[in-house]
Amino acid sequence: MSEPILEVRGLQVSIADKPEIHIVKGVDLTVGRGEVHALMGPNGSGKSTLASTIAGSPSYSVDAGQILFKGEDVTEWSADKRARNGLFLSFQYPTPIPGVTMVNLLRAALQARRGQEVPAREFLVELRSTLGQLKMDESFARRYVNDGFSGGEKKRAEILQLGMLKPDLAILDETDSGLDVDALRTVAEGVNALRTAEMGILLITHYERILNYIQPDFVHVLVNGRIVRSGDASLAKQIETTGYDPILQELGLSREKEEAAAR
Amino acid sequence: MTTNIQAREAVGEYKWGFHDEEQPLFIAEKGLNEDVIRGMSKMKGEPEWMLEQRLEALATFRQLHDPTWAGSPELLQAIDFDNIHYYVRATDRDATKWEDVPEYIKDTFDKLGIPEAERQFLAGAGAQYDSEVVYHNIREDLKKQGVVFLGMDQGLAEHEDLVREYFGTVVPAGDNRYAALNSAVWSGGSFIYVPKGVRVEIPLQAYFRINTENMGQFERTLIIADEDSYVHYVEGCTAPIYSTDSLHSAVVEIVIKKGARVRYTTIQNWSNNVYNLVTKRAYAYENAVMEWVDGNLGSKLTMKYPSVYLMGEGAHGEILSLAFAGNGQHQDAGGKIVHVAPNTSSAIVSKSVSRGNGRTSYRGLLKVYEGAENASSTVRCDALLLDELSRSDTYPTMEVDEERVQIGHEASVSKLGEDQLFYLMARGIPEEEAAKMVVNGFVEPIVKELPMEYAIELNRLIELQMEGSVG
Repeated sequence: MSEPILEVRGLQVSIADKPEIHIVKGVDLTVGRGEVHALMGPNGSGKSTLASTIAGSPSYSVDAGQILFKGEDVTEWSADKRARNGLFLSFQYPTPIPGVTMVNLLRAALQARRGQEVPAREFLVELRSTLGQLKMDESFARRYVNDGFSGGEKKRAEILQLGMLKPDLAILDETDSGLDVDALRTVAEGVNALRTAEMGILLITHYERILNYIQPDFVHVLVNGRIVRSGDASLAKQIETTGYDPILQELGLSREKEEAAAR
Repeated sequence: MTTNIQAREAVGEYKWGFHDEEQPLFIAEKGLNEDVIRGMSKMKGEPEWMLEQRLEALATFRQLHDPTWAGSPELLQAIDFDNIHYYVRATDRDATKWEDVPEYIKDTFDKLGIPEAERQFLAGAGAQYDSEVVYHNIREDLKKQGVVFLGMDQGLAEHEDLVREYFGTVVPAGDNRYAALNSAVWSGGSFIYVPKGVRVEIPLQAYFRINTENMGQFERTLIIADEDSYVHYVEGCTAPIYSTDSLHSAVVEIVIKKGARVRYTTIQNWSNNVYNLVTKRAYAYENAVMEWVDGNLGSKLTMKYPSVYLMGEGAHGEILSLAFAGNGQHQDAGGKIVHVAPNTSSAIVSKSVSRGNGRTSYRGLLKVYEGAENASSTVRCDALLLDELSRSDTYPTMEVDEERVQIGHEASVSKLGEDQLFYLMARGIPEEEAAKMVVNGFVEPIVKELPMEYAIELNRLIELQMEGSVG
């Protein structure tokens, strides 16, 4: 087992404004350097909440448990501090920020991550090389962040940020959602191009589609706020064939009930 | 001194709040009456007709009332016209070299970076200190081409015929109460004439500084752009922080002849004890273009609606208005476009940001007269609220008396989103910096219209206003 980057221990999470709504109900998960973990599960199982909580979203509150990142307890850290320390969340629904260019965002983020001024020339060299790796046009960087982007462009913009910031852990929250086959392949190839042996990846997905392009080392199935199955890539193949129903039935649950409960 | 400190705490960080202790050369007794006006007119050595116009305007002022539609009538009523110095003269000359400006005044403008800016990127600069213009200079090559850039008083002395022909024709004294007041006690401001076909490619700038407590600054600016000429005029304003209020009530008149273009940019950054009640209007004739870029930060109450009257066929008017209201401030800003002639076009873009109990109002008028066929206009106003206490209102008025027109109007109010903040923070950017980025992005469509030096300055001013706004 490689050195752990992320260790989630007994994590329980509720909505900050509605503490009576418990979404994550005791999750343990360890991601090591160089490993790809796929977190799968039906709609409403708590996947995105878990991702956002690990990234430090103020919309959720941790009721119990711990999040350790590179050996440090970051449960109480603000999102920006976690990010500067090397944690990256690729958003399922990236927010438009009109008037702020991708270049401005990337430079501010990179300077925050490195804790020092990044000279303009050095920054441009890195930006061009990352854009090249992702086969993206330079004009993309001059557009306003996520403003008027297509679904595919939004996800590629996330991967561009991932490439620039070179995090220790990348959480990809439904990076495949809303993409057609070609866009999915482009994004997945981008992730593969940027992967390093040092980086851990937590890939959150509803469908196994993306796993045809990014091979997971481990697969976990989240149901009703708990991880109910863990295994290797074959678990994803099994879900591809049979869907979630057999797992739910084994647990005495039905998808309808789960999805209704999540609402 | 204590009161000044308290005032400073109340308004937060304001870098330009210092004042000079130096005694002015002449300071009129507080209060508004014929003697004050006769006294200042005599001291200026004005022609008789100007004194008569002033006295008529005073009578008009006394007959007029505050507008019934005012958004903060209680603030207007609090203005004590008897407790204002209407004329404060710091020096007896309008210098054309900074060396000739009295040392303590030069120090002030040095602190504000004006001589430096003139050296670096201006075609000409002017500086007004309280009531009088203390410095005016224009590049020699422009002077040779016949461009005139003077203090208004000097303009009246040297170009009396032009001033007499146009003064008060775009904004008559009876237009509104504060225009009447300005017409009665005006002092300083700029006089600009650009001859036919001359294009002044880099900006002329005037800087207005109030120093004296309980002072009224009433500058009067007249710009005449002759056929096919171009000029970009920029004004900036600051004042010290006092515990009592000052009044700034300017009138700006612009005449743009056939095929000419004028751009007028304001970066106003008054301290929070200044009432800023200004009337600005341009007449654009055939195929002429008028552009107002109006940045309103600071002040206690601003009421300012730059307007363009599209008088000749094919004329175009644009108003870009930006307002930032912090604690205890009301920015009532917007614009007025009047389509008089056919085939005229216009656009208004307004962006406002409010914070704390600050309040912004967009107030706009779009008027299309019968016969202004094929007039087209778009109005877009967006407001951003930074917290639960802040407030924004929109008062758009449209009066359209012509059927063949194209008019579009869009408005939005948004709150500084948790989503946007979290997105930026998830990239490692600290919360306060993230909030500044969102706000700077929101105002970007207006800031990008400014010359780079001013764009940087404006972003910096907004960032100062945002200090401590988060957490």
